[in-house]
Amino acid sequence: MGDTAVETTADEDRLNRAFAALSDPLRRKLVARLARGDATVNELAAPFAVTVQAVSRHLKVLEDAGLITRSRDAQRRPCHLEPTAFGPLAAWIDDYRIRTEEKYQRLDALLSHQGVAAQDTEEGIQP
Amino acid sequence: MTATKTSTVTAEPGLPFVDVVRTFDASAERVYRAHTDAEIFAQWIGPRKYATSIDHFDARTGGSYRFSQSDTEGNQYGFHGSFHELTSPTRMVQTFEFEGAPGHVSLDTAVLEDLPDGRCRLTVHSTFQAVEDRDAMLQAGMTDGMNEGYERLDELLAHDGA
Repeated sequence: MGDTAVETTADEDRLNRAFAALSDPLRRKLVARLARGDATVNELAAPFAVTVQAVSRHLKVLEDAGLITRSRDAQRRPCHLEPTAFGPLAAWIDDYRIRTEEKYQRLDALLSHQGVAAQDTEEGIQP
Repeated sequence: MTATKTSTVTAEPGLPFVDVVRTFDASAERVYRAHTDAEIFAQWIGPRKYATSIDHFDARTGGSYRFSQSDTEGNQYGFHGSFHELTSPTRMVQTFEFEGAPGHVSLDTAVLEDLPDGRCRLTVHSTFQAVEDRDAMLQAGMTDGMNEGYERLDELLAHDGA
């Protein structure tokens, strides 16, 4: 924190807005979903027990914070995550989390065989 | 795929730490063994497309280990370190060094706690020698194409401010 002292840069403002937008758990879930690819409002709302309108409002907050953009694709306006808005660290952490999770899912598969046989198991774990 | 469990990863800006928390549907004892038995360890530590070979794995307090992973192009990636403290089945403290970045050593403390219903929680606290080392480690995977879904993200990150 102490490398550039009292210097509220545009970057910092942006980051503050981003953090405020991410203070809501559902918005964090929407961002996590968009990290895996663009999606429309309906696609984003589908897994959640909330209305499309509610999801739209949340997306507006994310959009105002510069975290997502929406293309002007007439029929289908997919939302797109802007990873640079989070700073590189956030993107690296998320990527590392996915790699860590893949590793532990391989361990899950081994553990699911009683007695952890030192045998080659045939678990195709698709990320 | 029923993802009931996920890994939590925390890395605060400006601090040389990474914290991982994960639960398993197995006892601490079995998860401990999966970390300290070379044959089991080799089966899960590396991605499927990499072959992991254990050079040596002396899993006891004061022991050391080395393993390497090779990809299909024949590139070899070596890793080694020491088992500073192994306390079955609750605590594993070890150093870790990627031989592609010699001299940059991390110290990992893994704690295992049994939970109700035969499950357990693994908590790993990694300490790096510098924030830059930590960030380099986090960044290292961004380019290896292991997550196709992230290739687009990689591209965006490559263009500053895209």
